Amino acid sequence: MLITCPYCGPRDVIEFTYQGDGNRERPQPASQDLDAWNAYVYDRLNPAGDHNEIWQHSGGCRAHLRVVRNTLTHEISSVAFTRGDHKAAARHKAEGKI
Amino acid sequence: MAEYSAFSLLKNALSGNKDWKPAWRKPDPKASYDVIVIGGGGHGLSTAYYLAKEHGITNVAVLEKGWLGSGNVGRNTTAVRSNYLLPANTRFYEHSMKLWENLSHDLNYNVMFSQRGCLNLAHTPAQLDDFARRGNAMRHLGVDAELMTTAEIARLVPALNVSATARFPIVGGLMQRRAGTARHDAVAWGYARGADRRGVDIIENCEVTGFLRDGDRISGVTTSRGEVRARKVAVAVAGSTGQVMRLAGIDTMPIESQVLQAFVTESLKPFIDTVLTFGMGHFYMSQSDKGGLVYGGDLDGYNSYAQRGSLPVVDEVMSEMLALFPGLARVRMLRSWGGVCDMSMDGSPIITTGPLPGMYLNCGWCYGGFKATPASGWCFAWTIAKDEPHDINAPFTLNRFHRGLVIDDKGQGATPRLH
Repeated sequence: MLITCPYCGPRDVIEFTYQGDGNRERPQPASQDLDAWNAYVYDRLNPAGDHNEIWQHSGGCRAHLRVVRNTLTHEISSVAFTRGDHKAAARHKAEGKI
Repeated sequence: MAEYSAFSLLKNALSGNKDWKPAWRKPDPKASYDVIVIGGGGHGLSTAYYLAKEHGITNVAVLEKGWLGSGNVGRNTTAVRSNYLLPANTRFYEHSMKLWENLSHDLNYNVMFSQRGCLNLAHTPAQLDDFARRGNAMRHLGVDAELMTTAEIARLVPALNVSATARFPIVGGLMQRRAGTARHDAVAWGYARGADRRGVDIIENCEVTGFLRDGDRISGVTTSRGEVRARKVAVAVAGSTGQVMRLAGIDTMPIESQVLQAFVTESLKPFIDTVLTFGMGHFYMSQSDKGGLVYGGDLDGYNSYAQRGSLPVVDEVMSEMLALFPGLARVRMLRSWGGVCDMSMDGSPIITTGPLPGMYLNCGWCYGGFKATPASGWCFAWTIAKDEPHDINAPFTLNRFHRGLVIDDKGQGATPRLH
């Protein structure tokens, strides 16, 4: 399996570390909503098909990446840096999309 | 039930083996049953068998989307053991071990259960101390365990590299003598036959496509072969748990599906007569009765429903094998395959009533489901029949994560690929 790092280009999967499901939303650090914390830690969508996940290019540029990968075929349909995520989330929130 | 005996073998041999009955019938699904078991793997079949045998519930259908033995029951590496640390796990797997010890007799079917032992190798004094602790925990609960020295291990497994210059020198190990292996296909066939003879309908090529509801209650399933109603619907589908639960409207589960690979070499003369695990990586090996070395290692490490694995793990498993057994460098690998494991968030299974009314759930076997087959079915049948768990499976609830009562034998936390 090759993952195309936006900085380094296509690299073998052995250079990357899987950081898990990218759908989970971490509650605010001060949040005392136990259900939200429990869901964040334990609950998974686990789809058979396209899966939104986080990988780190730990053997390369060390960037954290948001990858959409098919769990049946391992086909990767998109790779992006996660580091813009919080800005995108804030923008979506401001636009009332979340 | 006793169709297989010295007398019947002789009688059928003399009549050209033409009069044997099929091991199970191929019935069409009826309109309704008392219990539907979704999933015709080891756990689904053993559940049906114990529902009929222990609780007299025989109006049961097992619905299997493929053919019996096509899923994880035919893809595992056949090891059976009960060497756990935490009391909930030890009790459960020891219950399984006791069922294994009588299984061929109980089923009148030779599952080739072989108590050749399971040896966990330790490579540091700290790891050996940890194994001593686990062995003591096991012995407290009446399970056999013994620490072995390097010299004893060298006598037991002569091919092992026990030299001080090994990459990870072996300083001892923990042995469970009563552990061993069983013939996985025979386990499926034996349970299928035992359930069938007691009246259970085993329906192959019947995929569940949705759930029927009566108000809030699950009252049956829609399948590729029509609607089937039941008072109770039990789900035992291992790697497909997430998909089947989604059909019932439950989108998230404390489970990730990941693939585990296994390998077998060409047949060798007797090479190793125990199950061996490598404590410095994740590697385990035994020798099949046919002579092939059966072995495997870590999960691929990311979500996957593909019943095949990736090359980096092949590379890692082979290098770990050679670190232990340099003499195997020229042995040819015959086959490799992958099974989809439903990895739970604490590495322990879920056997419970619910999560919806009328539904019963058995999942989260990680990569240890085969050894659990008898106790899993036994406990699940109890739970279905009595609408409450047996003491042995009471800790294995679905909401234990949210209640803070995880059963995390390895202490890895909610990172399924590490369990």
